[in-house]
Amino acid sequence: MKSRNWFAHTVLVIGVLLFILPVWVMVAGATQDAGAITRGDLSLIPNPAGLGIFWQALCFGGASKAGYPVWHMLLVSFAMAMVIAIGKIFISLLSAFAVVFFRFPLRKLAFWTIFLTLMLPVEVRIIPSFAVVSQLGLVNNLGGLTLPLIASATATLLFRQVFAALPDELVEAARLDGAGPLQFLWDIVLPVCRANLAALFVILFVYGWNQYLWPLLVASSPAYTTIVLGITQMISPEQMTPWNLVMATTTLALIPPVLVVIVLNRAFVRGLTEVDK
Amino acid sequence: MATLELQNIAKNFGDTAVLQALDLKLASGEMLVIVGASGCGKSTLLRLVAGLETPSGGKILLDGVDITAADPAKRDIAMVFQNYALYPHMSVAQNMGYALKLRGLSKTDITAKVEQAAEMLGLTPLLGRRPGALSGGQRQRVAMGRAIVRQPKLFLFDEPLSNLDAKLRVSMRAEIRRLQKSLRVTAMYVTHDQTEAMTMADRLIVMNAGKAEQIGTPMEVFARPATLFVAQFLGAPAMNTLLPLKAGLTDAPEGAMLGIRPEDILVGETGLAMAIDLVEPLGSETLIHGRLACGQSLTLRRAGGPPEGSQIFVSLPDQKRHYFDAATGARL
Repeated sequence: MKSRNWFAHTVLVIGVLLFILPVWVMVAGATQDAGAITRGDLSLIPNPAGLGIFWQALCFGGASKAGYPVWHMLLVSFAMAMVIAIGKIFISLLSAFAVVFFRFPLRKLAFWTIFLTLMLPVEVRIIPSFAVVSQLGLVNNLGGLTLPLIASATATLLFRQVFAALPDELVEAARLDGAGPLQFLWDIVLPVCRANLAALFVILFVYGWNQYLWPLLVASSPAYTTIVLGITQMISPEQMTPWNLVMATTTLALIPPVLVVIVLNRAFVRGLTEVDK
Repeated sequence: MATLELQNIAKNFGDTAVLQALDLKLASGEMLVIVGASGCGKSTLLRLVAGLETPSGGKILLDGVDITAADPAKRDIAMVFQNYALYPHMSVAQNMGYALKLRGLSKTDITAKVEQAAEMLGLTPLLGRRPGALSGGQRQRVAMGRAIVRQPKLFLFDEPLSNLDAKLRVSMRAEIRRLQKSLRVTAMYVTHDQTEAMTMADRLIVMNAGKAEQIGTPMEVFARPATLFVAQFLGAPAMNTLLPLKAGLTDAPEGAMLGIRPEDILVGETGLAMAIDLVEPLGSETLIHGRLACGQSLTLRRAGGPPEGSQIFVSLPDQKRHYFDAATGARL
């Protein structure tokens, strides 16, 4: 038992080191001078004198062509990730609720249609999606940035599993108590599934935050440049890339998703592992 | 206090008839127990009354009002479920008050009613707890309390005691009955346990394969079972059944099956010879299993008994015999 613990811990420590190393290089690299990476003598020891770079990066306006600073891009990304996460949860909650608790004609068909869209991620339908969004006049605004990403089969499927695991008697007890469908959703289903909600929110927030291809297409105006786009725009082969600024910006871009994970950590783990309702 | 009437109620799931043409009347304040093996349609019957299923035919009248198509919430019926079905995220008080809250009662009214019901059930110290922190018996009480606070016209119990241990079951059984009597509320109680059925019922209905085999008071049903199924379902150990001619009892009607309860068999110096192959002492009484000379087995219930392997002579008194049609099972 003891020796196996020791082995498990070794594996865990190696795993942690593997994951932490790139992050460490990023943070350490941000505090060095701009030429350190290109010269190839990047030190793994952060330079305390260079800590100001993070503040500088936050206000740095050279990233996008029109000079929106990094904090603005963080805001755009945050808004996008929030709208996507909340929108996805809202839509899929209602669709899963309908599929699980109501008997309506073509219910199976509706469910399988939703299921089918799993095979059509944004990348596959990017051209038609863009055509629709642009005809709706949604290019270069938050609606266009988020709407095509909101329809979600994954979240619907997950909620369907969660709802289907609720005991039938719970539904029936609520019906006898006089709860209508929406009352039941609000008073019983949501509180009982709040751990699953939190877990899904974390996953969807990170998904939204990391979006690259779609914002690249639909947010051509600098006012809607997300942080992920901003970072790539900072790296250009034609001119000297300020690597320390890039590293600092990347660090800043990492903070919001990490915060979301930390805040919802306990609910997240419970939502993914809890079976008993 | 309400009367319930079922007229020609039937229920099919697809092609299978779960319930066939059932007529039933409950007087006000009456406790009707529905008993039967699993799959006999007893739970379905309860769910039809609750409105959780819609009947394929027939009518349900509560206090003379047709509620066949009414929404469950509008029926003024409360149900206690087998697995309690408490809301896991609500405290005991919230669980009990939820229906009242949905009816738009004021907070003070809800608190008063919940506290009154909690007092009745001895739940007062637990009002702030979540169901997860309660024992099985306590959860059962909360489920009862949730039904009581609503002061419904009709109580439905769906095997409410089957998740409890044997000892608790006996005390809860008496408690439910006492409560139902003191509240004088009409109730339907589903169980597969024949002791529960016998002890709790004003009247009981024995169901088999979607049909009511017999409806009557427990003692009526026990003393004069209408069919072979009823005879064997009620009473523990079950009624003995014999082919009388094979055993040499020539005074039996043609084509009949003879039934006799284990406690009604007499042991004497003469009669049918029986070889004892198993003796089960239960303390206050002893069960004696054995075989007649013809090979048919018989069980006796007596205060004490001879040892295994010995032979005794038994007689089956005429007035204690039940005869059933061997083909249809109907009482002769």
